Amino acid sequence: MAEKTYVEDIDRSMYDFRFEEKDAWRIDAGLSPEIVEQISEEKNDPDWMRDFRLKSLEIYNSIPMKDWGPSIEGLDMEHIATYVRPNAKMADNWDAVPDDIKETFERLGIPEAERKSLAGVGAQYDSELVYHNVQDFAVKQGVVYTDIESALHGEYGEMIRDHFMKLVPPSDHKFAALHGAVWSGGSFVYVPDGVKLDIPLQSYFRLNAKGAGQFEHTLIILGKGSSLHFIEGCSAPKYNVANLHAGCVELFVGANASLRYSTIENWSKNMYNLNTKRALVEEGGRIEWVSGSFGSHVSYLYPMSVLHGRGARSEFTGVTFAGAGQNLDTGCKVVHAAPDTSSYVNTRSISKGGGISTFRSAVVVQEKAKNSRSSVSCESLMLDSESRSDTIPAMDIRTRQADIGHEAKIGRISDDAVFYLMSRGLPEDEARALIVSGFADNVGKELPLEYAVEMNNLIRLEMKGTVG
Amino acid sequence: MGEELLKIRELDVRAEENQILHGVSLTIGRGETHVLMGPNGAGKSTLGNVLMGNPQYRVTGGSIEFAGRDLLSQNVDERAKAGLFLSFQNPVEVPGVSLSNFIRSALEMRSGERIRMWEFRKKIHESLEVLNMDSSYADRDLNVGFSGGEKKKAEILQLLMLKPVFAILDETDSGLDVDAVRTVSRGVEEYQKDKKGTLLIITHSTRILEALHVDAVHVLVEGRIVENGDAGLISEINENGFERFLTQKAAEEG
Ligand SMILES: Nc1ncnc2c1ncn2[C@@H]1O[C@H](COP(=O)(O)OP(=O)(O)O)[C@@H](O)[C@H]1O
Ligand SMILES: [Mg+2]
Repeated sequence: MAEKTYVEDIDRSMYDFRFEEKDAWRIDAGLSPEIVEQISEEKNDPDWMRDFRLKSLEIYNSIPMKDWGPSIEGLDMEHIATYVRPNAKMADNWDAVPDDIKETFERLGIPEAERKSLAGVGAQYDSELVYHNVQDFAVKQGVVYTDIESALHGEYGEMIRDHFMKLVPPSDHKFAALHGAVWSGGSFVYVPDGVKLDIPLQSYFRLNAKGAGQFEHTLIILGKGSSLHFIEGCSAPKYNVANLHAGCVELFVGANASLRYSTIENWSKNMYNLNTKRALVEEGGRIEWVSGSFGSHVSYLYPMSVLHGRGARSEFTGVTFAGAGQNLDTGCKVVHAAPDTSSYVNTRSISKGGGISTFRSAVVVQEKAKNSRSSVSCESLMLDSESRSDTIPAMDIRTRQADIGHEAKIGRISDDAVFYLMSRGLPEDEARALIVSGFADNVGKELPLEYAVEMNNLIRLEMKGTVG
Repeated sequence: MGEELLKIRELDVRAEENQILHGVSLTIGRGETHVLMGPNGAGKSTLGNVLMGNPQYRVTGGSIEFAGRDLLSQNVDERAKAGLFLSFQNPVEVPGVSLSNFIRSALEMRSGERIRMWEFRKKIHESLEVLNMDSSYADRDLNVGFSGGEKKKAEILQLLMLKPVFAILDETDSGLDVDAVRTVSRGVEEYQKDKKGTLLIITHSTRILEALHVDAVHVLVEGRIVENGDAGLISEINENGFERFLTQKAAEEG
């Protein structure tokens, strides 16, 4: 049995520590074709990629800023450095990683998790991966897990070209275009047909530089009948200037393949998190999103599943915790584009200390998607009267032969429950934290133990000082 | 009476605008078992809740001393740490928190020390066995989807695991079938004998008391203690109900 509720005392320094910036090279702030070309040169792009970046920049300049959702006025692109190269070369052995960077990841528990329970790890520091390693047994089965840059020049170059930003084209929205222009870092994963990896791969993203952006690209391709669990973690120390994260995740799930994509996001509270994630699922395939959003100042995050083949399935299990000063706009989208497809959405949003948490779901069932099923359930918990939690469901159903359900609940922590837990010896803040952890257990129970513990740590951190 | 463990003096309690308890006084010695009886709505649960510190109730007069210290100035969790325990008449459901994790957190909060998993597992299984509970209960969400009887057993499980100095059992036997009452009673007996516990048992029936030694019985009617006696009072009430006390009180008022 997983022992989830016990968490050791932690202090915020676990995430907030930061080392002096010793980046090897930082590009001038702002955006221009010159800057994009410089990044392209720095990264030794193939020609097609350089052209792709420049085209994306044009698109970026032609798309107006969005006019819905939380304000991103505090984000001034003129002051964001889009590329910061850390003072390190990518290593496949932690000893070869410079001490301060290595210590950062050690404090975050990455090397330890790798030893214990991961099939491969990638660690990104600012704009580049500084560590990447895959266990032999996975390599032997033909699993590819590498940084995108080197993959672009290797035997998978064509495969990447065929998939890169095909699911999330730069024209999708302004920050997708920005991503196309200045992306850097991230991972490429390929699992061959029939290969089932039982233990997860993990990528960790750390943004250490001040006033910078992180634009990593994650591209995962699963062959027929294969399976994978990919875990993504991210954090940053807090600065008093805006940082930007505009990553992009593209997941191609082959026929009868199964992918679980788990994220524990804990960006610092000066971060604008405008991330785009999308999965294309073929016949009989399955995508499971497990998502915990705790950090950032403003988030826009709506992982999308396109159920492209008959019988494809999507499950989304998420929790969002918006504390003081946070406006987290999260949710998920599902497009049923084939018959017999099913989607299941189960989310919890928590708001506290004036935080705003908005959950948007969009379910589209196309006319050809006969006999599809969708069930959406969102619960929110407001921890005080100044906080807000909204649920905005949207449905576009084009066939009568579909079974669609939606359920939303809003609640508060009951005084009776707090009294009950306290009567057994829990102080009030612990009692509340336990109730909130329990509320978020839809995600907690889907995560591997260490991550569930980390999530409960984050909840406890957020809950400290609720009392009084 | 041995050492006084709990001393309630002239307690007045209000909830919202109503006065519920009127000058209740009660003293319980360490290691004793007292029974509190009274008709529905008399204020029995209120007394249990006030002892535990439920913020829904306001104490407007009187005092409570527990183990030589003023109880009313302590928070709920401090009272728990001082050794007070309430088996709730209606235990609350807490989704996503398993019974065993909760008990473990509670033990750790009380002792301030981390408890080894295998030691804990062993203990909880022993207690589950005493209560005829399947070990799968430990992994279920706290009280969620439990039947009335299961909830009460889960309360006694916590009693056995937390080993408080003093336990208030609020109608722990109500709504249980004969076998379940016997099982729960066995758990209470273990607490009374092996753990040398002190008890205040709120009940309407004698079944839970059969195997227990009872030191004193108190009758609460409309927020007042109207009679104190020994175990003999229980059978009298079972035969005649509370009629006599109601009349007595009506007479006083008249
Ligand atoms: N939280 C409360 N707010 C208002 N009235 C209450 C509250 N709790 C109990 N009461 C009232 O106090 C009286 C005693 O209730 P209770 O202590 O539950 O009685 P008993 O347990 O003896 O049946 C009842 O009239 C009940 O309605
Ligand atoms: Mg009662």
